[in-house]
Amino acid sequence: MYLAGMAAIVVTMFLALARAAIGPTVFDRILAVNMFGTKTVLLIAVAGFLTGRPEWLDLAIVYTLVNFTGTLAVLRFARFGNLARDDRKADQ
Amino acid sequence: MPPVELLLMLLLIATVIVVARLKDLFAAAMLTGIASLLAAGLFVLMDAVDVAFTEAAVGAGVSTVLFLGALSLTSRREKQERTRILPILIVAATGAALIYGTWDMPAYGDPDAVIHHHLAPELIAETEKKIHIPNIVTAILASFRGYDTFGEVVVIFTAGVGVALLLGGLGLRRRDERGEEES
Repeated sequence: MYLAGMAAIVVTMFLALARAAIGPTVFDRILAVNMFGTKTVLLIAVAGFLTGRPEWLDLAIVYTLVNFTGTLAVLRFARFGNLARDDRKADQ
Repeated sequence: MPPVELLLMLLLIATVIVVARLKDLFAAAMLTGIASLLAAGLFVLMDAVDVAFTEAAVGAGVSTVLFLGALSLTSRREKQERTRILPILIVAATGAALIYGTWDMPAYGDPDAVIHHHLAPELIAETEKKIHIPNIVTAILASFRGYDTFGEVVVIFTAGVGVALLLGGLGLRRRDERGEEES
């Protein structure tokens, strides 16, 4: 069961990697990286539960938060072309 | 090497080759994030959970954002350049030397390795009797090496304050700007 679950996750990881490599648009790549983060969370959760280390789930949850924040930063860059400037005027 | 780790390692190699081949630097920055996540997954499977956490936070989180910040100051395309042989040779030689260096290391998880017989047995046997903290790692970090940890915390705090002052002046500048708008 461990091997089957891990193999399925690695296969989806490979598909996400292919999408990130091929593109073609920026948002394909961003979504692929976000999904890859989700797969890493799944990998840790599956490995933790099936090898008797359920406390790894805490780590997986923190990865989810890092992944979400990172995706927001990348999307902000893709939309505005920078990370630091105050863009309230650009929104209006 | 167990099959799952082998697959992840192959994926990591594929990712790095794609990063080296890509001309779109935005995509390359994204793929370095993927490489970090893969490395973090490998570290977790090798029981190095704390290292994995640092790798994910710094590699996939902070350094991707730093790359993007640098990209906003430069071009998003890599300049077309012919492949040069000498750098490839130097990198390959360095990698080969590093792999050669690992041959002398004890096997992964080897209970007879030197590091498991230096201080570890004494600490495992004596820690709870001496200072009544059941978690040995916490006892070492917060008690036996307490001053060391305190120094680390001071260094990180100083670095954080420095970065906050450089970037935003802890909100002082923003208040000034608002004042100017009002006046």
